[in-house]
Amino acid sequence: MMNRTLRILGPVSVALVALDLVLGFWVTPPDQNQGDYARFLYIHPALAWVALYVAIGMAALCSVLYLWKRTRSLKYDRLAAAAVEVGVVFIFLTLVTGSIWGHPVWGVWWTWDARLTSTALLGVLFVGYLALRRVPADPEVRAKRCAAAALFAAVDVPICHFSVQWWQTLHQTETVFGPDAIKIHGIMAWTMLLSFIGFSALFAWMVLLRYRIEVNSSTDQDLALEDALAERRAEGVTS
Amino acid sequence: MWRDALLIAGRDLRIEIRTRVGLWQVLPFAFLTLLLFAFALGPKPGLLAQAAPGLFWLAVMLSVVLAAQRSLALEGSQATREAGRLLGLDPAGIFLGKTLALLVEVLILEGGLLLGVVVFFHVQVTDWLVLVPSCLLAAAGLCAASIFYGSLAGDARVRATLLPLLFLPLAAPVLIAGAKAFEASVQTGSGSGARWLGVLAVFALVYLALGVALYGPMEE
Amino acid sequence: MAPAISLRSAVALSEGFPVLSGVDLDLEAGQVLVLLGANGAGKTSLLRLLAGLLPLRSGEARVFGCALPDGAAALRRQVGLAGHDPGLYEELNALENLRFALKASRLDPGGAEAALDRVGLAGRLSTTQLVRLSEGQRRRAALAWLVARRPALWLLDEPHAGLDAATRHLVAELCEEAAMGGACVVVSSHEPELVTPMANIVATMGGGAVLRSDPGGRRTSGASDVA
Repeated sequence: MMNRTLRILGPVSVALVALDLVLGFWVTPPDQNQGDYARFLYIHPALAWVALYVAIGMAALCSVLYLWKRTRSLKYDRLAAAAVEVGVVFIFLTLVTGSIWGHPVWGVWWTWDARLTSTALLGVLFVGYLALRRVPADPEVRAKRCAAAALFAAVDVPICHFSVQWWQTLHQTETVFGPDAIKIHGIMAWTMLLSFIGFSALFAWMVLLRYRIEVNSSTDQDLALEDALAERRAEGVTS
Repeated sequence: MWRDALLIAGRDLRIEIRTRVGLWQVLPFAFLTLLLFAFALGPKPGLLAQAAPGLFWLAVMLSVVLAAQRSLALEGSQATREAGRLLGLDPAGIFLGKTLALLVEVLILEGGLLLGVVVFFHVQVTDWLVLVPSCLLAAAGLCAASIFYGSLAGDARVRATLLPLLFLPLAAPVLIAGAKAFEASVQTGSGSGARWLGVLAVFALVYLALGVALYGPMEE
Repeated sequence: MAPAISLRSAVALSEGFPVLSGVDLDLEAGQVLVLLGANGAGKTSLLRLLAGLLPLRSGEARVFGCALPDGAAALRRQVGLAGHDPGLYEELNALENLRFALKASRLDPGGAEAALDRVGLAGRLSTTQLVRLSEGQRRRAALAWLVARRPALWLLDEPHAGLDAATRHLVAELCEEAAMGGACVVVSSHEPELVTPMANIVATMGGGAVLRSDPGGRRTSGASDVA
């Protein structure tokens, strides 16, 4: 079933993102203030949404499911790890697209804006998770440690979300879900919605791909275990 | 849980009093960072005074990394840790105990650093009612997070490089809020420090609660 | 009556390697089991499995009514382990280590002096920092930890290595006292001539499993055997 899901989700997500890019870069009108630079609206917020909320939310949820004894299963650990790995990529893309978008608007490639800084911080937290994952340990021990690290990293997400309100910032205030009414309209709004759906689907596809690699790897390890057991028992016969 | 916490804290503090590693290594390191900051920024009293809130908390955080490494090293070899597990101590109690012991050391460290900042960076504190609670709350959050992450990071060889990578990004919000609260409590500061105390309190509670809840499953 | 310790095809992994490849074992309360075998045979791993410190991967393991791996936390309180590394806090002295262990185990810390006296670490030696004691003296302190706590399961990993004759004799005495008191005692060793007289069962391990078992020199009523 996973293979069928991947065969469908892959092309669909790529098509949605492609459509978003076409609409965003060629069809939608330029912004009245930022001109064509505002076309990053159809990439950057969706990437940030996936990185800051979907990836960490999935990692945190899977971590809770792993840590809770009733639902403990290594599949949640693998899903969490896949979400973090792909999440790192999306965070990187968020920062890069944000930097490219911000340069002509703010005049600098980087500013110590609260939301940007929190996003970069979350990226480092994710990298820390991946570094922890590489420490040699039994799979169950590694899974528990990484689950705990993911939950701690999830604490950072509210900071990112509320940083716009807490600190004075150059970053645009929330456009769609803020206290003011929605500021974009028509095809721009629909294209932006499409970007969220497309990039979320792309994230899901990449996570499932990565998860499948982990599953295949663990299957190989199980087979290797049988060989290792046979070899180990043979040691006893020859000793 | 609290009984075990006090037992562990007592053990750690007894070892610290006997070996004085905190006094002779961590505290001097903290002062060294203040000197290095001054060298890096230049002997400009105005600039140093302005930067003092952030530099103070940066020195605290870097010192907490060292102190936490030391605290976790007290658990000893794998054999010692396993012997400890056989005693049946409540893991949450172990976490709280080590956090408590580290907190005592960090509070002393903060006192020393505060004196250093006042003397070296010419800072005048006007609102102790903001500064003292902020030091206490920030220390609680930093100690809880560093002890928990340190136990995640595994044995000493890996922990030496992994703990800073795991802990410092997480502690960054504490750095921001602590610096803002410090700013509000010195003569040149502006704005109310009370809301930053709220931020520090939330973080301390969150990290303590998560540590208590998760330390047990980690040890299993 | 069910044996105090019962293992069937017990497999355990350490970082993916099968350190135990299918151990079958039965041991009654009050019996002494000695494990012999070459380096890497799985002796230490078996001790750690019995202590609840090494998770069971497959097979069955029941120790004092605790089914592993789920019952590991409950089992550990009944176990005393003295390994190659004494596992004590080097910055504290023997008395402080023992008092800490007894308080942690919810026992009277006043029993520490008597335990140290039993192992020959009374007086000045009990108040000297462990880092200043010899290896043999530190091993004695680890034994005192067991004497003070009186666990139901004693696990000793090569307890005679590097010890003088007097301390070796002490180990045998303590094992006998523990077994007479109803505890299970499991000792791993490279010195069969030393440990066989004190054992009910001598099990030879290899390749992570028990290859053969023989009766030892110690006799108790109702002896069981290794499956």
